[in-house]
Order: sequence, then C-alpha cells, then structure tokens
Amino acid sequence: MSETTTGGAARPSASSSASDALPGAAHEVRLVVNGEVHTLAVDPRATLLDTLRDRLGLTGAKKGCAHGSCGACTILVDGRRAVSCLMLAAACDGREITTIEGLATNGALHPVQQAFVDQDAFQCGYCTPGQIMSVAGLLAEGRARDDAAVRDELSGNICRCGAYPNILAAVRQVSGIEPTPAEIGADARLRDAAGGA
Amino acid sequence: MQPFAYHKVRDAETAIAHGARDPQTIFLAGGTDLVQLLEDGISRPQGVVDISALPFDAIATTIDGLRIGALAKLADVADHAEIRARYPAIAAALGETASPMVRNMATMGGNLLQRTRCLYFRDGVSPCNKRAPGSGCSARLGHDAQAALFGASEACVATHPSDLAVALLALDAEVLVVGPSGERSIPLDRLHRLPGETPWIESDLEPGEVITAIFVPREAAGRAQAYAKLRHRASFEWPLVSAAVSLALVEGTIEDARIALGAVAHKPWRAETAERLLIGRRIDDALAREAGEAATDGARPIAENAAKIPLMARIVTRALQDCARQQAGDPS
Amino acid sequence: MNAIGSPISRVDGPAKVTGAATYAADFAIANLAHAALVQASVPAGRIAAIDTRAAEAAPGVLAVMTHENTRRLPWHPRDPRPGVDPKSGERLHPLEDDLVRYDGQPVAMVVATSEVEARAAAELVRVSYAPTAARTRFDPAYGHEPSAATAKAGRPGDTARGDPEDAFTRSEVTVDVPFVQPREQHVAMEPHATIAAWDDEGGLTLYDKSQWVDNVRTEIGLAFGIDEKRIRVISPFVGGAFGSGLRTWPHVAMAALAAERVGRPVRLALTRRALFTNTGYRPRTESRIRLGADRDGTLSSIVHEAIGQTSTYEEYAETTLTPTRQLYACENVATHYRLVDMNVNTPSPMRGPGAATGQLFLETAMDELAQALGMDPLDLRLKNLAERDPDSGKPWSSKALRACYEQAAERFGWADRPRDDAARTVGHERIGSGMASAFYPAHRSKARASVTLYANGGAMVQAATSDMGPGTYTALSQVAADALGLPLEQVRVEIGDTALPQAPAHGGSITMATLGNAVANACSRLREDLGVENGGDLVAALGGRDSHRAEGSSSPGKEAQDYESAAFGAIFAEVRVDPELGTVRVARLVGGYDVGRVVNPKLARSQCIGGMVQGIGMALTEEALFDERLGRVMNANLAEYLAPVCADVGALEAFFVESDDRIFNPLGVKGLAEIALCGVAAAIVNAVHDATGLRLHRVPVTPERIVMAQAARGG
Ligand SMILES: Cc1cc2nc3c(=O)[nH]c(=O)nc-3n(C[C@H](O)[C@H](O)[C@H](O)COP(=O)(O)OP(=O)(O)OC[C@H]3O[C@@H](n4cnc5c(N)ncnc54)[C@H](O)[C@@H]3O)c2cc1C
Ligand code: SF4
Ligand code: FES
Ligand code: FES
Repeated sequence: MSETTTGGAARPSASSSASDALPGAAHEVRLVVNGEVHTLAVDPRATLLDTLRDRLGLTGAKKGCAHGSCGACTILVDGRRAVSCLMLAAACDGREITTIEGLATNGALHPVQQAFVDQDAFQCGYCTPGQIMSVAGLLAEGRARDDAAVRDELSGNICRCGAYPNILAAVRQVSGIEPTPAEIGADARLRDAAGGA
Repeated sequence: MQPFAYHKVRDAETAIAHGARDPQTIFLAGGTDLVQLLEDGISRPQGVVDISALPFDAIATTIDGLRIGALAKLADVADHAEIRARYPAIAAALGETASPMVRNMATMGGNLLQRTRCLYFRDGVSPCNKRAPGSGCSARLGHDAQAALFGASEACVATHPSDLAVALLALDAEVLVVGPSGERSIPLDRLHRLPGETPWIESDLEPGEVITAIFVPREAAGRAQAYAKLRHRASFEWPLVSAAVSLALVEGTIEDARIALGAVAHKPWRAETAERLLIGRRIDDALAREAGEAATDGARPIAENAAKIPLMARIVTRALQDCARQQAGDPS
Repeated sequence: MNAIGSPISRVDGPAKVTGAATYAADFAIANLAHAALVQASVPAGRIAAIDTRAAEAAPGVLAVMTHENTRRLPWHPRDPRPGVDPKSGERLHPLEDDLVRYDGQPVAMVVATSEVEARAAAELVRVSYAPTAARTRFDPAYGHEPSAATAKAGRPGDTARGDPEDAFTRSEVTVDVPFVQPREQHVAMEPHATIAAWDDEGGLTLYDKSQWVDNVRTEIGLAFGIDEKRIRVISPFVGGAFGSGLRTWPHVAMAALAAERVGRPVRLALTRRALFTNTGYRPRTESRIRLGADRDGTLSSIVHEAIGQTSTYEEYAETTLTPTRQLYACENVATHYRLVDMNVNTPSPMRGPGAATGQLFLETAMDELAQALGMDPLDLRLKNLAERDPDSGKPWSSKALRACYEQAAERFGWADRPRDDAARTVGHERIGSGMASAFYPAHRSKARASVTLYANGGAMVQAATSDMGPGTYTALSQVAADALGLPLEQVRVEIGDTALPQAPAHGGSITMATLGNAVANACSRLREDLGVENGGDLVAALGGRDSHRAEGSSSPGKEAQDYESAAFGAIFAEVRVDPELGTVRVARLVGGYDVGRVVNPKLARSQCIGGMVQGIGMALTEEALFDERLGRVMNANLAEYLAPVCADVGALEAFFVESDDRIFNPLGVKGLAEIALCGVAAAIVNAVHDATGLRLHRVPVTPERIVMAQAARGG
C-alpha cells in the first residue's frame, strides 16, 4: 500500500485553528482507494464522487444525476455497493473504496468486465462502470439467484442505451444462473445472430 | 450547497448537545436524503452532525419484541433472518425500497425522517410552504398525482413517501429516542405530524433528539401480515400508493386488524374504518375487496390524484388477499 | 476477409469497462475552474434587477457573469443552417439581454475554483423579474402553419394526394382517433458538459459532449467571430445522446465566455435539472387521425392532423407526418401540420424524431381500424403494403418489409397468441398481444475520411464523426479491415476531433451509409495510390516508406433522385396487464428489421433492443410533467422522470431479415438507430388494448390512466 497526501483544494473560510467548528472549514480524511491510502483535506460539502473524480483523478465513476437515482456513480465501500454521489467525502474517513479502476488485476479484465465485453452489455459505456460495480457487488453479496432477482437488483443502475438484456446475459455468464424459459428464445436467436459464438 | 461545519460524533450526548444548542444543525446518518437536500440548496444547515458512528445499529430480539437500531442499514434489516421469518411485512417493504446501493447506505431512522417527494418542494424554486413558509402551496392546484388524500391542509398537501413507515405502522411499532430531556418512546402513529398551518414541522422530535431504535412488539410476529406497493416502474421508485396489513387471527377469525396506507397523507395513514370492518370476520376474497373499499373512507381527492382512490382500495385488497393466502398455507 | 457481417465485440469495449474512456467532463485539465448556471424562475418577462454581491463575496468565486457585465458576441448568422437547427427564429444568445423566454433559461453564471463553490455561489445570486404574460398552455387554437423555410425542409403545413375528405365520407369503415404524445426527454446518462480552454494565441479548445464536432466548431467560430480553424473540438466518447448532441447548445458558448473572462480553462457541467431546459426534448404533439377503408381492408383515405410545440424564439418542426404519407399504399391522403409557440426551451430531434411520434399515432389508429374491420392487424398491414413509395411514386431502393412481418410474426407466435379468456389469464394478470409497423427514411450525406497505412502493418482510420453508442469505432474498423485485407486488430479508428477529416452529424441513422462509404473509398484510394489489387500485399507496396495516407469521400448520387430509401421493421409485443392495479409489464418484444446490410449483428442487435427499451419508456413511463401555471418541468430529475429500469424489460428479440441495398450506397447499409424506436410504443399500446379492451389515446399508459379509463367505461 502506498500513501499519498493531497492538500489544498478546499479553502477554509476561517482560520484552521477552529478547523472542525466553523462553516466551510476543511476536514481531513484518510481514504483507502483501490488499495492506496490517500490523506486529504476536503471541503465538508464535497461528495465522495466529486472527490474521486476531481481530486484523485479517478473519473471511472460517473455523475449522471447527483441524487442517487441513476447508479452511474456506483462504487464499493467496504465491499458493498454504494452511490458515491450521496456520500460526503468528509464522512468517509477510514473507508475502503473500490472503483472501476481497481477491478482489473495486472491489466487483465475482471470476469465481470470481460462478460460485459463479450455480451455487449453496453453501448455508450457511460453507465457501464456503475453497472459493473453493481454486478460485482451483487455477486459478492450472493444475490444473483435468478433472472428476476438480478433484474430487480440491477434496477438502481439506469442504462438509457437499454442494454439490460445483455447486462443480464453478462451476469449469467459470470454467475452461471440459467435463463428463465421466456428468455431462452431470445437468447438462442442471439446466438444465431452472433454466428454461433 | 452552502458551507457548513462538519462534526463527527462518537457518543449520543455530543450529538444531542449539538442539536439542542443550535437548531440550525442537522443530523447526518446514511445521507441518502440529506445530501440530496443539501445538493439542491433546500436544506441549508450551519452544521452537519454525523451520527453514523453512534452505536445504534444492532438488531436484537428481546422477550417483548424486536429492537432495530436506528442506524441499522435497510439492506441488513431486509436480510435479517428473524425479520424475514417473523416480521415479513418489514422485509417486504424494505425489499421494495429504493435500490440496493441506497439500501446499503440508508438507515432505518433516516428512512422514517426522509422528506416528501413533492415535486414543488424538491425543485427548490416553486412556491412551497414547507420549504419557504408563507410562499404558498403549488401542489394544491397543480397536476400532481402525489397529493394527499387524507389529512391535507390548505397550507400543504404533501405525502410521506416511506415504505418502511407503512409496514411499521401496521405492526404497531414505536420509535425510541434520546434527547436533552432523556429517553422516551413515540408510537409510530405519532412520529409524523399532519401539515396543518406549519407544514415545515414534520415530526414530533424536539431539537437534539436522536432516534436510537425502532421497537416492534412481539405480538406483531404472530400476525398474518403483508405489504403491497404500486408504482409505475417495476422497481426503483417511491410508492404511488402502498398498503401494509397485519391481522391477529384466532382460528381463522380476525381478532384485531391494522391497515396502514402509504403515500396518501403527510404520514403513514391508518384505515380505521376498514380495520373495524374486519373484526370478527374470516378473511376471504370478498372481505378483502370490501375492506379495500372501506379503506377509502374519508379520502378527499385534490388536484389530479383522484385515480389514487380506486388504486388504494385495490392495493389494500391485494395485501389482504396475500394474508388470506398465507392463512390458507399457500406460499405463492 | 470478412469482418463485415461478423458479430465482433466492441473495439472500444475494454476502455469502457475499465473506466478509461474519457467523456467530456473527464478530461484532466490543469488549473481548471468551474462554472455553474443561475436559471430563470419565471417563464416570460424581464430581469428587473440582479444582485450578485453575496455571490461575488462567496469563497472561491472568480467571476459572476450576467447580461450586465458580459460582452456581446457577434453571433454571425449561419447560412445555410445545418439540418439539425430549426429553419427559422434565432438561437438563444445567453447572457446577452434581460429578456426571459422560458423558465430555466440561464440568467447568470458563476465561475469558481471548484464546482461546489460555483454552485453554492450561484444559489446566492438574487434575481428579480418583471414577469409578462406567458404562453405555457399547449393550446391547439394557437396552432399556426410552419414557415416556408420549414415547409421546404420536409415539414409542410398541408399536403394532399387524391381526394381524402371525400374518400373518407364514402369509406365503408372509418375510425377517428385522437392521441397525445407528451414532452419526452432524452435523458442520456451523460449530462452535457463542456470544458473550454483558450491558448495564448487566441485559439480555443473545447472538450464537449457532441454528436457533431464540426458543427460545434463552425458555430462557436461564428458566435465569437473567430476563424474556425483556430477552434478544436474534442469528443472521443459520448455517453448517449439520442439527438441531444446534434445542436450546439448555448452552454458551449457560455463555457468559452467563462474561460475567456477568468483567463483559465473552465468546465461547465449541466446539472440533471438544468439539462431539461438547456438542451432539447421530444415536443408534445397532439394528433387526430381519420382512416377510411373498404370492407376488405384496403385503405381508402387517411387524414392526419398533428400539432407540435415549439419555443417562442425558434421554430422547431418535425417530420411527424412523413410516415402517414409513405408507410401504406393509399391513394387519398391529407396531412395537416401545425405548431404552437410556447414559453419553453426549443425542442430538438430525439431518436426517431417526428417519425416515432407519427407512427405512434398511425399505428395505434391502424389497430383501431383493424378492430373496426374485424380483421387481424397483421393482415391489415399486409393488405396495404406499399410496393412503391406511395407519395412520390418512386421505387424503393430496397424493401423487405413483408419478410419482416412474416418472420417476426412467426418468431413471436402471432398466429397462436392467446385469445380466449382462460389462455389470457395468469393469476392477477391478463396477457395481451399487439403489433405495429416500423419505418424510417434512409438518407446519406457528404463525408470525408482518411486511412493511413503504416510499415508495421497497422492502419489508422480518421474522421470527425462520433460514437454515442451504436459502435462507430467498431463498424468503421470492420469496413477498413475488409477493404484493406487486414486483420481487425491491426486497424485503429480515431474519431470525435475536428482535427480529423470533416464529417456530418452522427445522427439520423446516416453514419454508416455516409462515413462507412467514405472509409471504404479512402481504402480504395490507398490501394490505387500504392498500385495494389485486392488481395495484394499493401505493406510491401509501401516500399520502405514509414506510412502512406489516403483520403476518401462519399456523397449521395443519382439514386437519391431515382429512388426512395428507408429502413423497415415489424414489431410484436406481449404485455401482462394487471387490470385491477393498472400495471403493464412488457413480457416480450420481437422485432424484425430490414436495415440493409448489417455490418455487425452483435452491435446492431444491441441498438435494436436499446430502441425497444426506449419504446417501453415511451409507452409506459416517460412524460415530462409540465406545470402550466409556472411554465416549469416539474420532474426534471431521474427519480421522477421515469426512464425504464432493468426490471421493466422482459425478453427482447431483434433480428434482421435478408437485405443489402447497393442501390442506396456501395456498402449496402441503410441505418438502424431510429427505426429501432419506431413502432415499439404503438405495439405495446395495442397489446394493452388486446389485454383490457381499453383504448388509451395518450401515453404513457399508467395505472392511473388505466383505472380512469375503466371508470369512464363503467367498470
Ligand atoms: C434514489 C432513491 C430512491 C429511494 N426510494 C425510496 C423508496 O422507494 N421508498 C422509501 O421508503 N425510501 C426511498 N428512498 C429514501 C431512502 O430510503 C431514504 O433517503 C433513507 O432511508 C434515509 O436514510 P439515511 O440514513 O440516508 O438518512 P439521512 O439522509 O442521513 O437523513 C435523513 C433525515 O433524517 C434525520 N435522521 C437520520 N437519522 C436520524 C436519527 N437516528 N435520529 C434523528 N434524526 C435522524 C436526518 O437529520 C435527516 O433529516 C430513496 C432514496 C433514494 C436516494
Ligand atoms: S404540498 Fe407541501 S411540500 Fe408540496 S408545494 Fe405544497 S407546501 Fe410545498
Ligand atoms: S450520479 Fe450517483 S446515482 Fe446518479
Ligand atoms: S451504455 Fe449508455 S447508458 Fe448504459
């Protein structure tokens, strides 16, 4: 684990001696992001999402709504799925955070990432980091029981390009759940269309 | 988002002291509602007191019931084996709440105190007595299907959007709080207020009071119970209307019934006429429909929400039918 | 070599799944400042006073810009206007005057060192207004004919062939159907954002979300009165757009103005709420359609009136009535198109612009006609299939619509769909089936592209087009790989940058028919330059040079005069309706498409199912709730503007019938982005009728509308 200290961007509106008491005073936090420790002074208003993107340069997590209602900013916090737009960075002291940038190991795609590529589980790719983190969390939480459960579990991640059926196929690829009968027709035909691939 | 001071507290006394000293201070638990309100400039506190580290997240069964810590995460409560088995209405309501991400972050106490989804409140600019006292109520004459059917006032017609609160009301839960004047318990029915002339006062909590736990009486575990929710999307949406029912049955006869309605008033709403109608009878399809109709007793349509009246009747019926199925031992 | 036609995985997939793909707001620019908008809170009026003192004093603030202190840009007119712009009226010139034209219009902008500070200071700007009367109600009585310029651009006020009114009165069977399509928003997941950076020589770089970087460059050049060669627009990845990235929106100029003012690069990222009023939307459109037919189902008359909304400052009009004139063989057809000016921001093309709306009207009315005739809705379509374009009389360059109907019906099991009560009922739900046709005119435009071959055997394709999701990167790689006889891995594609050869808008489903051919052409030029026949060794022909670059182009030819070209489809829907609760869930959709040659079936299918998902939204959940008193979109967020989620989507099947349109263009492709949305909502609405007997003349079909319709029917 390496340590980096990033300072500066939050400008306290009052002298730092009263650091924790006055409106606007910067707040120091220690974040473990993708295994790397960062100690940084944050504006108490800064969300974790903005901090990851604008302070740590981790732009994989996306902002789609800033209100928890799209899932584009999904990351794992202490191993569980969370929407980083609704977390204050100041409140994340000591948390372990995994973003999409932390998923691949030694340049090899994580199986969920690979499944997304194989199943064409995206078009524009903007919701994709959030979808993948959501799927990773769903699998880690052991909730990939069947198609219906997965559909509901992934409903916090909106994909305007409408890749849902392919996302479902990607989850099946990694979890081994069987398609429900209604899907089988669509799937078999997809295989035809894909030339038996 | 205006600047605020951020305080992380480790014990309830400090939190209470902050809250009691400065009414401009607000508690932060999971942050899933508060950060939205901050982001939109609707809530502009001087100080944010982070209570997430307080030791109030345990879920425990006691001899007289179930005690769920106010800081327990919705996901953990929904997954809890005892709750799934014995208080399924709670698990069902939470299972249909928000998204898995939000459920991993949001807390029980925060859910009960989340603010209305009234579009005119949330947009940050429209006249709204709740957000800007005295500016008027845009929703009253707006085309807003959300508007309340019960207990609305001239000043405000907003509804409380929680799923959880509806299930808890049907199970006769209480909210345990600790504050400047010590500990007390508030029946769920009295936690939220009707809007009256002061729609910005939403709960019975005093400044500085922290919810520590939710208590569900043991008696609730023995009841047939169900939660039914209607929404436009198949998932990830607050309720258009919802209903929770719990029935105390003795050899198939209803001894006591509680029916709570969601998204139809400024608080979760008891359908007392329908409850009374059930007493002493045996649950079947016809009775479920009759009670559904009775649940609309006193409903007054406002703006464009008239369709919610029949929908409310039918969602109550559904919840009762679900209980009837359980009664008949049919799990499907 | 056969890259074309293979189901290759997206070449940009790894970048997208690892978070490495950079969208507009993702560029790390040194010394970046941030801008936030202050938006008008009245629909019409003047700014009476604007108090910026508190905002200026707020921490981190670099500038507060209003119409009182912002320089007037020249905004040189653009002639001719690009196809994506309204044909009359004038675009918004932000911060130029005190006039408020709609609620949500930018009236001030704060620039600060962080986004949170900029937004906090924006909350502190106090604006008072002198409101004036606003037109915020969609009132058909105010409908006016489109201007001559708009009419000329294929959106005429009145058209007629034959004698439709007379034919209607003499028709054996008639229906008369009103319908409302509400305002719908694109809600691409990526919010529009622009980073503007001026260099010391007065050159401007814009990192922007755009479907057409060349258009942004030209427009900003004209707005600022600077030579467009000094502007570079970069947009390598676009997080969905569906039309919202075709025009150059006012915030792009605002970002450049802000950067100029503070002397630093500035990022202006629109909030989700601001997107609803600072980009476009599908306009509310009201329709009345009268269909007449002979007993055997032959259409004898179509009279279709449609009224769409536009703003007070620009005349945006759609080709809503084009399908009515072209989809079915009918001798007597009249269309009447009107516009209502309102105090709203200007609408813009949204996937299947006009056509998707028009087909919702036409295809639900056809269902009602089938019912009135006692005829199977599929038979009614087949009966009236247009073997030539019924409007111009020209032949189609290709048309396999019959195959679409037949094969999609077969795969869906249309003939065996549940019809009796027992078969239809599953628990609380009733099964319903419906179908619709799909049609979208195919066009192509002019484009250039270059290809460079390197001594190491690699090739680079370059063009200033973009990829908002359909797979331009991948498809152009495939075209070049085949044309050069190289393995796909050796081809790279660079797009989304005005430094690359000029390209048309990435919209209107024209990208492959246009760019694909330009790339193929560049590849043949390269072969010619090197004197290598097909199959020969290109790299050897480099003869020791490091690389060789060739440019190619493509433009429509005589075929555009001699033929009509269009993509076609047939879509079948199975829904489950819970009649008591009014919920509708889409269990299955099957779509068969004639889109010409399919370059990549894997990606093409993704596009089609994506269109189906948006069609589900159009049918069941999406509506911008507009408060007429305030002139405001009330659900300007993603929690209450309901785009479909995963649980809303059942089994979707999309397939392509045999088709290859070499008359339309050498590659044989027709384009498939727009067609994928057309007809979907109509098929679902028709299926809801099949399940419930209810005719809802308005989307979205919600539980409230279903129970109200039941009440109106008396049951
Ligand atoms: C996208 C989205 C969708 C949602 N959908 C649903 C839904 O379908 N159904 C539903 O019911 N809810 C829904 N919610 C609301 C969500 O459940 C609430 O936001 C959440 O439960 C609030 O809990 P929290 O811990 O995050 O509270 P916070 O946001 O931290 O706090 C909310 C309020 O409660 C106060 N508070 C919190 N804890 C305490 C305490 N212990 N004592 C005193 N005061 C306290 C805070 O001061 C604040 O005023 C949704 C939320 C989002 C973001
Ligand atoms: S209903 Fe209440 S919250 Fe909504 S606008 Fe009226 S006062 Fe505000
Ligand atoms: S940006 Fe966080 S959920 Fe949309
Ligand atoms: S891939 Fe574009 S939003 Fe999901």
